[in-house]
Order: sequence, then structure tokens, then C-alpha cells
Amino acid sequence: MAVPKVCGTETEYGVVLRGVADPNPVLASSVLINSYVEQRKVGWDFEDESPGRDARGYGREGSQAPEIETHLVNTVLTNGARYYVDHAHPEYSTPECANALELVLADKAGERILARSMQAAARILEPGQSIVVYKNNSDGKGNSYGCHENYLVDRALPFSALVRHLLPWFVTRQVFTGAGKVGSENGAAPVDYQISQRADFFEEEVGLETTLKRPIVNTRDEPHADPQLYRRLHVIAGDANLCEVATFLKVGTTAIVLAMIEDNFLDSAGARKDWSLAGPVQAMRVVSHDPTCRATVELADGASMTAIELQWEFLRLAQKYADETGLEACGGETVGGDVLARWEAVLSTLERDPGLLEGQLDWVTKFALLDAYAARDGLSWDDPKLALLDLQYHDVRPQRSLYERLVRAGKVERLVEESDVLAAINDPPGSTRAYFRGTCLARWPEAVVAANWDSLILDIGGDPLKRIPMMEPLRGTKAHVGPLFATVDTPGELVARLAL
Amino acid sequence: MAEQQRRQRPAPKERVEETEELPATSERGEKLKGELDDLLDEIDEVLEENAEDFVKSYVQKGGE
Repeated sequence: MAVPKVCGTETEYGVVLRGVADPNPVLASSVLINSYVEQRKVGWDFEDESPGRDARGYGREGSQAPEIETHLVNTVLTNGARYYVDHAHPEYSTPECANALELVLADKAGERILARSMQAAARILEPGQSIVVYKNNSDGKGNSYGCHENYLVDRALPFSALVRHLLPWFVTRQVFTGAGKVGSENGAAPVDYQISQRADFFEEEVGLETTLKRPIVNTRDEPHADPQLYRRLHVIAGDANLCEVATFLKVGTTAIVLAMIEDNFLDSAGARKDWSLAGPVQAMRVVSHDPTCRATVELADGASMTAIELQWEFLRLAQKYADETGLEACGGETVGGDVLARWEAVLSTLERDPGLLEGQLDWVTKFALLDAYAARDGLSWDDPKLALLDLQYHDVRPQRSLYERLVRAGKVERLVEESDVLAAINDPPGSTRAYFRGTCLARWPEAVVAANWDSLILDIGGDPLKRIPMMEPLRGTKAHVGPLFATVDTPGELVARLAL
Repeated sequence: MAEQQRRQRPAPKERVEETEELPATSERGEKLKGELDDLLDEIDEVLEENAEDFVKSYVQKGGE
């Protein structure tokens, strides 16, 4: 039986510091995150914490600008997320989520956190300076930054089994995970518009790298959990999505595929024995470069299939898997069932006319917008105006983001309520250990000396520091420790009750 | 595109036979076109100035 597919995303945002002669992206990222964290520390007396409160009310008129630290910032938020500077980007790693719908909420909360960070930074920057962030994966000049996914996987599963199935999976899921891009990069053939931001950057099938010779399947092995029991599959072959349906499908379908691999379902279900591609790296580009979704890729056995046809194979097995095994590991019938239904609807619509998925998939939504704009002004695809529209679709500032314009125009389907997104800025999901981490931070910020994915270190005064191991991602949930939190007032009492 | 997106998504669990939608009346078509024009105008107002320089200056080195 597959282990529950606890999941998360780790998004590096593009960052620009404007109004400065020689902008330093590391410094800009640090200022951004520190501004957000500092203003919250100041108000960090808990009666003052209220989910959904608008950042516009946070101003500290006439206050001193916080001192800017230049070392790499690394912080943990009360929602259980990690917010830090990774190389030259601000990165938001969602808290661990139990299913794709929770992940959509936590991921969207990240966008709001970045937007609030920009507002907070504006208060300490010189007039004329500003920091702007973009939720995309490429600068259009050969530099890419990631939106990684992570999934809990059974350690007993041989990695080779994962690789074999994941190569065709990552190549073909692009038809709904792509965030769209004008042009091509990194030596890829010229194209007007392609499905994925990232496809041009993959150069290997499998490997440890994430910045050079990027592999389709990444072998980074940091379980952040009991290494005897678990792997944490680190996925780098995806785009950062703004459309909630795209995020939901990207994570929801991948979780189901992983559960099927773990349960040895793909090899025993009597379907096509092997979907290995003749050239996965090349196929990645072939699929991405064809917005009609009709291009075929060659399989190792010589057959040719479109990405959609291969996706139907995966889906048929997933439906069979759901009937025979259930979807307990993937969000249960409610969330897992919705993933299956939407997956089928999207494949069937992609077959008819991808344009019908405007408002659900980023690459289609952006394509429709750019196409309409180009038609109105008679622009060709290499016009800088279209490159600007492409970039600004991903702008995280609500007033400048073209994606947000489309949301406000009612053209984008949402899966979560905005009030829930605002609450998720501060509140952790209740379904994983993120609940324990976030709640400790919210209640006793001074006592939390350090927090990590799999441990928390508390200073309860007097005694040596107390380290609380959190090696099981599904312990420390609201159901598990909620009653405990309700009966303790201090971190010392918590530690005593945990019998550390 | 604006017209197309009004079509229903196929119902889950079955691959729905394609049903041709009635052609939009010219009145409805005009309305949709008007909405799209308004949206594009709105976008013009928030677009960064000097597209070419702006796009050129967007460079992201280092990551992952």
C-alpha cells in the first residue's frame, strides 16, 4: 500500500531591484524577506495575530528602517512554510500538505506573502527604488529558476522503478503543467510560443544537478523524514503555475502516478508494458514546442504517440487503480476523485481544442491573451510587447499582474476561496507536522531557537535547549497535537507533556 | 477565445461526444468582443513602459 503522498512546492521567484545602478539580486531578496519578517516580529504579540488581515494596515509610520542583514536569510513562517534566499532568488517552500487541494492553498498563500513582502520592502527602500517579483521560471535569456515539487515516497521502492515511469510522465504532463513562454532558449529551435517555461533547459535524463545540465528526473535524496522509511522525491521538471487548476492537476496527478508506481500497479495492470521514450530529453522539447498538442514522440519500441495519447494510458490505469485500490494515499475520494475527473476533462478538451482550457491552464490562458493582443495591434510573435505581456502575466503585484487582471475579469477558474488563502498566510495545514511547527512558532516565537522540516529546537529557559524530532510527516497534526496545545500555556509545559 | 471559453467542460468520468454549439448571435458576439477590447485596454494601462528596454533588463542569474 502506497504511503500517503505528503507534498509541497518550492518556488524560486524572479526578482528585480529597480532604481539602483548596480542591482544585487541577493541583497534584493534579503531585503524583501527581512522586510516581511521584521514587520511581523514587531507585531508578534499574539492577540495581534489575525488571519486574513490586510498588509496595508501594517504600516509603522515614521519608524526606523530595520537594519538590513546581508547574510542569506532563512526563516520559517507560522504557516509552516520556509521563506528564504536561495542563491539569487527569494524562495517560498510550502508547508507539507496532505493533498493537492491543500497544496493549492499553501502555494497561493505564497504569492500573497511575496506581494506583502514587496509592500513591506517599499517602506524601507529609498524613494525611486522598488523590488518586484515574478512567479515564472525563465528570464528569456537562457537563465532558468525552478518551481520544484516534493512528494513522500516509500524508501523500499527501487529508484530505478521511479525513473522508468517518471521520464514519460514528466515529458507528457507538460500539456497541462506548462506555464507558457514566448520564444525558445538555451539552443532550442526557434518557436513563436511554447507550452513550458522549462522544457528548453533539460539536458539529461537522470541526475543530481539542478542548475547545470538539468535532468528530467532529479536524484536529490534529502528525505527530511525517517530515512529508513521514506524518500522525498524532488521534482525539478515542472513550471510555476498561477492557475489553480494547473497546480492542482500537476501535483494531484503526479501523486496518483507515484502511488501507482509504489503499488507496482503500472507494471501489472495489463496495459502497455513499457512507455520508455526513445529520447526523453528531445521529447521534452518536442511536446513543449507544439501548442496544438499533436506532435508525436517516439517510444523505445519504435511506436509513436502524442503526449495526450500517452496521458490517456496513464489516466486509464489511474482510474482502474482508483477502483481497485482506492485513493487513500492521494487525498481520498474527494480530492483524488476530483483530480481524476479534471484530468480526464482536460485531456479530452485538449484533444478537441486546447484553446477551450483558457482560465484553467496557464499556457493556454496566456496564449489566448497574447494572441488577442497581437491580433488587435497587428504584432508579430517576436515583438517585444508580447515578451513584456508574457513577463507581466507572472508579475506578483496585484495591480500589475496580468494573470490577476484575468481573475478579476472572471476569466479564471478558482478552486479555493480567497478568504482561505489569506488565512493560509498565517495558519498551517492541520493535516501534517507543519501544524506542530507553525503552532509552536505562532504561540512561542521567542522560544523557538530553530526550526527545520524534521525538527524544532526550543529554549524553555534554564535547561539545555530541547530538540523535538519530527521524523514522521503525518505526526504533529491538528488531530494529533491540537488537544495537547489546548492544555499547555508555555513551551516548558509542552516539552514536559511530550516527555522529552 | 472569449467565446470559446463559455463552452462547458466535458462532464467527468466520460469522454463526451462533441456537441456543436449554436453559432453565437451577432449581438452576443459583439458583446464578447467589447469585453475583450475593454480588457486589452485595461492591460495597456498597467503595462510597463518601453517594452523593449524593460524586457532586455530582466536578467536572472543564479538559482536552484
